[in-house]
Amino acid sequence: MNKQVVVIWFPYLLTDWMLRRQPELRGVPFALALNERGRRVVKAVNGVAQKKGALVNMVVADCKAFVPELQVFDGDMERPKKLITAMAEWCIRFTPHVSVDGVDGLILDASGCTHLWGGDARYLEAINGCFKKFGYTTRTAMAETVGTAWAVCHYGKPGSIVTLNDQKNVLSVLPPAALRLEALALERLDKLGFKTMGGFMDIPKTALRRRFGQGLLTRLAQALGEVMELMEPIRPIAPYVEHLPCMEAIRTAVGIETGLKALLERLCERMNKESKGLRSCELRCYRIDGDVQKITIGTNKPTRHVAHLFKLFELKIASLTPDLGFELFSLEAPVVEELTATQDALWSASASNEADIAELVDKISGKIGTHAIHRYLPAEHYWPERAMKEATSLNEKATTTWRTDLPRPLHVLPVPERIEVSVPIPDYPPLLFKYKGAIHNVKKSDGPERIEQEWWLQNGLYRDYYCVEDTQGCRYWLFRAGDYDKDDVKWFLHGFFP
Amino acid sequence: MEQGADKSIIEHLQRQILKLQGGQAHKEGVNPIGLGLLEAAFPGGVFTRGAVHELISHSPEAATCTSGFIGVVLNKLMPKEGCCVWVSTIPRRSIYAPALKTFGIDPERILFVDAANQQQTLWVLEEALKCTSLSAVVGELTELNFNDSRRLQLAVEKSQVTGFVHRFRPKTENAVACVSRWKVTPAASTLLTNSGVGFANWQVQLLKVRSGQPGEWQVEWSPGGLSYKVAEKEIIPTHYTQETA
Repeated sequence: MNKQVVVIWFPYLLTDWMLRRQPELRGVPFALALNERGRRVVKAVNGVAQKKGALVNMVVADCKAFVPELQVFDGDMERPKKLITAMAEWCIRFTPHVSVDGVDGLILDASGCTHLWGGDARYLEAINGCFKKFGYTTRTAMAETVGTAWAVCHYGKPGSIVTLNDQKNVLSVLPPAALRLEALALERLDKLGFKTMGGFMDIPKTALRRRFGQGLLTRLAQALGEVMELMEPIRPIAPYVEHLPCMEAIRTAVGIETGLKALLERLCERMNKESKGLRSCELRCYRIDGDVQKITIGTNKPTRHVAHLFKLFELKIASLTPDLGFELFSLEAPVVEELTATQDALWSASASNEADIAELVDKISGKIGTHAIHRYLPAEHYWPERAMKEATSLNEKATTTWRTDLPRPLHVLPVPERIEVSVPIPDYPPLLFKYKGAIHNVKKSDGPERIEQEWWLQNGLYRDYYCVEDTQGCRYWLFRAGDYDKDDVKWFLHGFFP
Repeated sequence: MEQGADKSIIEHLQRQILKLQGGQAHKEGVNPIGLGLLEAAFPGGVFTRGAVHELISHSPEAATCTSGFIGVVLNKLMPKEGCCVWVSTIPRRSIYAPALKTFGIDPERILFVDAANQQQTLWVLEEALKCTSLSAVVGELTELNFNDSRRLQLAVEKSQVTGFVHRFRPKTENAVACVSRWKVTPAASTLLTNSGVGFANWQVQLLKVRSGQPGEWQVEWSPGGLSYKVAEKEIIPTHYTQETA
């Protein structure tokens, strides 16, 4: 089947939008201007003003000379981008593959869509009609390539449908600017007297490349369909997507849940057949008034377990506001990974256990966030704060073993706390120490265990650790930082032993 | 003869009551986990699994001993495999994972979850207790009201996961629906030689236990396990008490 591309151009996008807002401006010449390098420059003009000679990029003062009754408003340069993106989203009713062309055009890949409207001509009529109803002036053209459609749309007869056979003929009468060339190439073509494309279409490629660069050749080849031109769809087409239109608007949580379950079952069944599992999933709810709401979930491992996925969504259903009700649900799985029946066992637990735990982790990370879940693996460092590292996944295995030959406290303070001590002689454990206002008499002690700074990671003083027990039997991990020789000794409490 | 029949009827009824209360002693194939004298306080002499145990501590030192005690029990519950979820509220997780190895637990088999507040901790705790694949779940909280503890108990009755709720400095020691209430505090160690600190001693109080006998013990913990001090200088190692019990 041949490709069919429709290009829609909105020559007066911004001013049409203004007219929708302020209908009293109809028939009045007006322009939108911006301050640029100390001058007011026109950024958009309406049809009436354009006919009288006001053009885009002219200085307001000049325009006023042409059209004295011209009304000038402040422009908003963010607006066209927003408008065109919203229109692209809206155009998804005509084809799923819509992309934005600059700030004033849309490109629709209509392949296989036109018959639903009863033919190519009716398809274009429908598009034009819809936009006209909203008050937007459009020019459309349909062709087999983006290049030709764009050229005809901007420079040819609007509303024309170009077939593959007369593509070349149609193009040959159009000016070179219709090829979307760079200004430099256009200038050169103009200088050499190429007023239409027909003038240079049949010149050997080598000669053209030498004079005008590869850009011209690429554009020409794209327009003639010799080279593929990629379109970037406004919404990437997810291969794993399911839709559920509703006869009546759904307003209740129960209704949404029922719909969600049905969608999940369909999606998971399909993934089961293809031995795939999803990593993230998005539910879009289209409300009657045109509002689209979505909830997204992510999983730690590829999964196609309906009940589990449902639970993950269930936590977020409350965030939807159905108001008048949803008319369409779509469930999309943008990230899909291979999932075979057997997976590596986690922590020597059986496979089903592992799946259960992964599901629990998903649930927790869905509610609180992934940052809340930690799993630790041993790291080869003596420095206590670095003796463990965070595991990046549930399946990561320890590369080294945990050390148990040296005493380590079960509770460690996040930051060691200063204590005041009384020490009989240097390099001895303290006789007593004061921590948070309470005095602890040391009865028994172990140590010192000297831990040096890892100089390749951090500079600082070494620590001499002591394990001490007070009269109550409470055990502490104390350390002394610094040398007695240099007189900068500080004592800290770092942890508690059981 | 008649007396014997009466006794068996009473035993039967007691078993039924235990079952209704969510107890699992006397069930076929349930063995003691090997805590010695401590375990004898539970109905049937078996540490109650598939239930939530409450532990209370009031000082950081006692909290460490309590965590140590949980470590000892966890070691018995998940000796070789299985994993555990350890939930705490953000500013209070001070457990040092590498030290768990001295209790015979691989730290990589524990998932630490830091919840932002009490409510989240309870939610995670409940969800984790519902997960049948876990061996145990530990939650560090401050307050636990009766309703919340009921929810936790209902979750474990379905999943048969063992839960520990460690309450640090609760305002009141209110009644909760847990099967037992423990208090573990440090005790001065008795060292025969006079160098070093020796093995840690704890005062373990079992304040409440459903259908069991509350008690108090002084235990000595060494990497080998718990040993009980029945009287001064008389130490009964765990394996010995287990055989006689």
